Amino acid sequence: MSKISQSITKKDHVEKMSGDAKYVADLTFPNMLFGKMVRSTKAHANIIKIELPDMQDGYGVVDYKDIPGNNGLKVIKSEQPIFAEHEVRFIGESILMIVGSDYEQLKKYAASVIIEYEDLPGVYSIDESLESCVEYQYEHGVVDEAFKNATDIIEETFYTGYQEQLYLETQGAIGIYQDNKVTVIGSLQCPYYVKDAVMYAMGLEKDQVQIIQSTTGGGFGGKEDYPSMIGCQVAVASKKFNCPVKLILDRREDIVVTPKRHPAKLTYKAALDKNNRITAIDVDIRLDGGAYEGLSSVVLQRSLIAVTGVYKIAGLRASGKVMVTNTVPNGAFRGFGAPQSFFALEMMMSHIAKKIGMRPLDFKMQYFVKQGDMTATRGEFQYPIVLPKMLERAEQLSDYSKKYLKYESQSGRFRKGIGMSLFLHGCGFTGSGEKDFIRSIVQLVKYEDDSIEILVSNTDMGQGVKTTFSKIVAQVLEIAVDQIIITNPDTDRVPNSGPTVASRSIMVVGKLLERAAKRLKEEYKSGKYQMIEEHYVHPDMIPWDIHLFTGDAYPTYSWGINVVEVEVDTLVAETKILGVWAIYDVGNAIDEIIMKGQIEGGMLQGLGYASCEKMENIKGTIRQASMTDYIIPTSKDTVPFVSELVDNPYEGGPFGAKGAGELTIIGIAPAYALAVEEAVEHNIRFIPVTPEKLMELL
Amino acid sequence: MVEFSLNNEKVKYSGDPSKRLLDVLREKFLLTGVKEGCGEGECGACSVLINGRLTNSCITAIGSLEGTSVITVEGFKNTKQYQLLEETFAKAGAVQCGFCTPGMIMAAQALLLSNAKPTQEDIREAISGNICRCTGYNMIIDAIKMAAEQGEGLW
Repeated sequence: MSKISQSITKKDHVEKMSGDAKYVADLTFPNMLFGKMVRSTKAHANIIKIELPDMQDGYGVVDYKDIPGNNGLKVIKSEQPIFAEHEVRFIGESILMIVGSDYEQLKKYAASVIIEYEDLPGVYSIDESLESCVEYQYEHGVVDEAFKNATDIIEETFYTGYQEQLYLETQGAIGIYQDNKVTVIGSLQCPYYVKDAVMYAMGLEKDQVQIIQSTTGGGFGGKEDYPSMIGCQVAVASKKFNCPVKLILDRREDIVVTPKRHPAKLTYKAALDKNNRITAIDVDIRLDGGAYEGLSSVVLQRSLIAVTGVYKIAGLRASGKVMVTNTVPNGAFRGFGAPQSFFALEMMMSHIAKKIGMRPLDFKMQYFVKQGDMTATRGEFQYPIVLPKMLERAEQLSDYSKKYLKYESQSGRFRKGIGMSLFLHGCGFTGSGEKDFIRSIVQLVKYEDDSIEILVSNTDMGQGVKTTFSKIVAQVLEIAVDQIIITNPDTDRVPNSGPTVASRSIMVVGKLLERAAKRLKEEYKSGKYQMIEEHYVHPDMIPWDIHLFTGDAYPTYSWGINVVEVEVDTLVAETKILGVWAIYDVGNAIDEIIMKGQIEGGMLQGLGYASCEKMENIKGTIRQASMTDYIIPTSKDTVPFVSELVDNPYEGGPFGAKGAGELTIIGIAPAYALAVEEAVEHNIRFIPVTPEKLMELL
Repeated sequence: MVEFSLNNEKVKYSGDPSKRLLDVLREKFLLTGVKEGCGEGECGACSVLINGRLTNSCITAIGSLEGTSVITVEGFKNTKQYQLLEETFAKAGAVQCGFCTPGMIMAAQALLLSNAKPTQEDIREAISGNICRCTGYNMIIDAIKMAAEQGEGLW
């Protein structure tokens, strides 16, 4: 373990422990009003008439007619309205907001708004939808020929469900309009995304919009794009009412309207030659995008790039579509399209192995990628890959292979199984985003008293960047972490170092801070004010071409191996987790306890995705729209995890660090499903593997 | 009119008796360490101690509190027990986003008050009504265990 990895108390520990940290719901301003949204109850309809209740003085309504700029949510495109005009496309879409001083009264008014609709036809699933909003496909090597000459072709279709981020703090923001300027304070991951969106909706210039992050109670991707929506809504309302306006979603609302992990249908076809070697894979991925495109295009890109995972396959064709449905728009969730692909791939590889009479791991090992190999998109794995070393350690810790053999033939009611997954995660933005769109800038300011402030737009939502960024700067400057100041970003004070997404913060922004700190060290003048600014420099890699879908999609990769052991009660189809093991290569961890927190939290989230987190929409209505109905793991549903890191420093990251936050959720679902599969001796092609679904197999 | 003890001080409340304790604590007494995560008694972010028992304040009517003692994280944080939990939570890395933390601390306190030497299973049971989406719980369990082991005589 390197020196920097040694853990310290987190910068925000004390205020979070004591309840002093201020989340957006805790903030209040003079004359502040509240908002309560009136939302569509129809999955697809025209709005014919809206009848408002009589309201006392001081209460009123905000809708699309009040938007001074454009009624479009600026994400990648700007197609989703901030307030619906004449048509609604999903249940929960914002139509108007009632604003006033007493929240209980607001709820009554909101409930008595009568909206007359004209129903329009709707589609609610991938299979029903005939319309896609995004399509990509790419190919390399010999594919058609391989299928033509194949001695066996194996085809399987996999289904993965919704996953709700379920950050403990629901989404919310406060808008404050005064003197031709709007300030939005909110629970959010990406201050500059919100800023761009508010400028666009309000028709304001850069210096007229200020975004401040309040302490954020979890994000997991869920607060990547939707805070822009809430930010625009409170900005419009605060201008109209000339008062601060606060909008906090209740839990049910948050589950119904905010983006989730895309349900997916993945069809894998593999061609085998006479030696039972895979010669080509043909994959088709369909994501349920919901009613608006949002971030779905980039999510699909990551899904498609991940289709062959840690394996080198000679021929590959991959195609994918985001299907439009009259359901809540889906978006970013830790892993961003990759968990779906890794589930399908790891299951597929294991199923092929079993079919040809090999053990899954022996079969998979034949295809491990090595340094210098081509990536799925004809990029290059430039850096050392230590998968064999990780595998050796995973075996030592979990005894995987021995247990796999032992559990192959069992009888009786209680049966055990063990599953292993191998996976990678491309670190940072997909494709050329860092170079073409983000172009991060960071600043380090040294004040006269020699304290140093980090100015970046990246947000701490629990993952600890306030601490890890401070450690990086402090370590370079050889000063105490206490001397470093880092506060929640305010776009009037911090440059745009990019959004807090894609496991990019430490690797990309942390690297810029490391460089800034090195420069400050060289130019250091005690007692003087100094400001150092660093700009993003694109690493040397094969240029990414989104049209051809070729090149290096990522500068480097993090790697992981997960092992899960279970016991299934075959009478009632209940599964108990017996053990969880994990080995990760994240380059070098900036703080080992923070990294452990990512591992433990990410893996349990992934186990929830694999096992209990069932969410269905029935004709556009989310059936599990509360914490009572949407079941996530509790402390009683888990066991102690055993995890280790391998050292494999990456020159492009600060102190060798690579991306880590998403990696931890990528591979656990297939490891779990493979363990259940071994126990019940039936192939599994879906998640979540709930007892009800498992019962159908038994 | 309801009279009760809040963080060891006598207080009176004369509003609507059906109002949620959570709202009264946050709005009238400005105790915003008490969080709303779900509003239906599932997540435990609003946990407080009522006569030493762990209670979800989002499903407790203020009118039911006559003569009780209510302790929130704001009242608990001046104790030696809290100080130790603050240290062990830091050491174990038990806090990420922090939104569940004040409620989790109250759950830990409720457990340790009734069982100063809990096993891992006791701790799992005791915090099973408190949802955490960041940590995966094990680091919280470690933190509570560590506090119990180091807190000789505190509980």
